Amino acid sequence: MLTGTARTWLDSALTEAAARTPAWESHFVAAGRHCGHTHADSARTLLLRTADVDAATLTRLYHHGAAAERRAVLLALPTLVPGPEAVPLVEDALRTHDTTLIAAALGPYAATHLTPHTWRHALLKCLFTGVPVTAVDGLAERAAGDTELARMLADHAAELTAAGRPLPVDLPRVLALTATAPVEES
Amino acid sequence: MRVFDPHIHMTSRTTDDYRAMYDSRRPRSRRTLLLARPAPDLARLLPRLLRLAPRLGTLPRRPVRHRPPLRPRPQPQGGQRPPLHPVLDDLPRYLAKDGVVAVGEIGYDSLTPAEDTALAAQLQLAADHGLPALVHTPHRDKLTGLRRTIDVVRESPLAPDRVLLDHLNETTVKEAADSGAWLGFSVYPDTKMDVDRMVAILRNHGTTRVLVNSAADWGRSDPLKTRAVGDAMLATGFTDDDVDQVLWRNPVAFYGLSGRLRLDLPSPQDLHEGNSLLRGGE
Repeated sequence: MLTGTARTWLDSALTEAAARTPAWESHFVAAGRHCGHTHADSARTLLLRTADVDAATLTRLYHHGAAAERRAVLLALPTLVPGPEAVPLVEDALRTHDTTLIAAALGPYAATHLTPHTWRHALLKCLFTGVPVTAVDGLAERAAGDTELARMLADHAAELTAAGRPLPVDLPRVLALTATAPVEES
Repeated sequence: MRVFDPHIHMTSRTTDDYRAMYDSRRPRSRRTLLLARPAPDLARLLPRLLRLAPRLGTLPRRPVRHRPPLRPRPQPQGGQRPPLHPVLDDLPRYLAKDGVVAVGEIGYDSLTPAEDTALAAQLQLAADHGLPALVHTPHRDKLTGLRRTIDVVRESPLAPDRVLLDHLNETTVKEAADSGAWLGFSVYPDTKMDVDRMVAILRNHGTTRVLVNSAADWGRSDPLKTRAVGDAMLATGFTDDDVDQVLWRNPVAFYGLSGRLRLDLPSPQDLHEGNSLLRGGE
C-alpha cells in the first residue's frame, strides 16, 4: 500500500502524465523515492501507460534511464507497443548482466516478438545468470517441440558436466518442455 | 566492522577487489561494504553512464552496494578538458535519479578561473537537486586550494554542512573543520594520507564529521585501506563505536543528506540491483 503522501504524489504525477506536461518525465525518474522502492515498478509503468507513450518515447526513456527506469519501460512494452519496434530494447536488456532487467525483458512482449534464435539465447542467459525461468512469459508454448533449444540445452549440460559443475536447476525443466508437442496455431 | 567507503573509483577496479573487500571482514563479525563511486570522465561517459552500473560485477549473495555520486565535470587527467557547458546542461536529468546520492567528485585542480566557474555551477546544481557535494581539494598548492574552495562554498547556496571536503591532511584539517564542512581523508599506499597519520589526526581532531576513504582508482591504491584504518584505530585505543562512527555512521549521515541513500541489502535474489557475476562458463 502506498502511504498517503506517496498516493498524493502519484495522483498528481498521473495527472501530469495524462496531460503530458513537461514535468511528467521527471516524475517518472523520481518515482522510486516518492512511492517507495517496492512500488517503483508499478508506479512507473502506470505513469507510462497513463501518458500513453509511443515506442520512440519509450526508447528515449530507456536509453536515458537508470536500471529501474529501464525495467519499467520493459514492463510496459506489452501494453504500449503492438509491433516489433521496441525489440532492440529487449535485446539491449538481454545483453546486460542485470537479472532484474533480463527478467523484465522476457515478458509477453518478448514472447510475441523475439526471433527463435534470440529467444533461445535469452533462455540460456537465464540459466547462466540464475534468473528463474518462471520469469519467461510463454515458456511452455515456445519451448514445446523446439528441437534446436533442446540441442542447445543438452550441449550446455554436457559442457557443465565435463567441467564437473552442477546443472542449473531449471535446465532439466526446460529440456522436458522441449519434448512436449508444439501447440498448434489456431 | 561495518565499512562504507565514501569515495572509491570502482569503475577502475575489478571484481576481485569486491571479493577482497568482502573477505577482509573479521571472522564472526558482520561487515557491510557500501561504495560511493564517482563516475569518471563524465563528459565522455554521459551517454554510457547509465549502462555502466548493470555491467559492474559484484559478488552475488553478498552485501556490497554502490551509490553513485555524479561528477558534473571531468577531473582533468591531462589533455584537453571537454567543453563545460554541454555537460552541465545535460546534468539535471541524471541528478534526478533515485540512486544518485551526491554531486561529486568535484573541485579544483589548477585553481583556474574556468574551475571557479565550474565549481560554483556544480554547487548550485547540488543545491537545486537537494544533494550534498563531495569536493576534493587539489594536490598542488593544497592549502590555497582549500581556502579558495571554502570561499566558493560560502558564496554558494549549498550550506557547508552539506559539503564533504576530501583529500585533507595535517595542513588543511583545521581550516576545513572550522568551515563546518565534513572532513574526508584518502588513505593511499604512497601519497595523500597514510594509516598511521590518519590515526594521529583522529586522535588530535576527534571523530566528529570525519570520513575515511580509499579513493582507490587505476593508480597505486588499495580498497582495503579503510579496513586498515579501522584496525589501526582499535590497536591504538579507539573503541568499536569510534570505528563505527568513522567508517560507517559518518558517511551514512553525509550521503543520507540526499534523502536517497538506501542501505537495505541486495534483493531480490541477493544480487546487487540484480547484477550477476555469472557470465557463463562457470
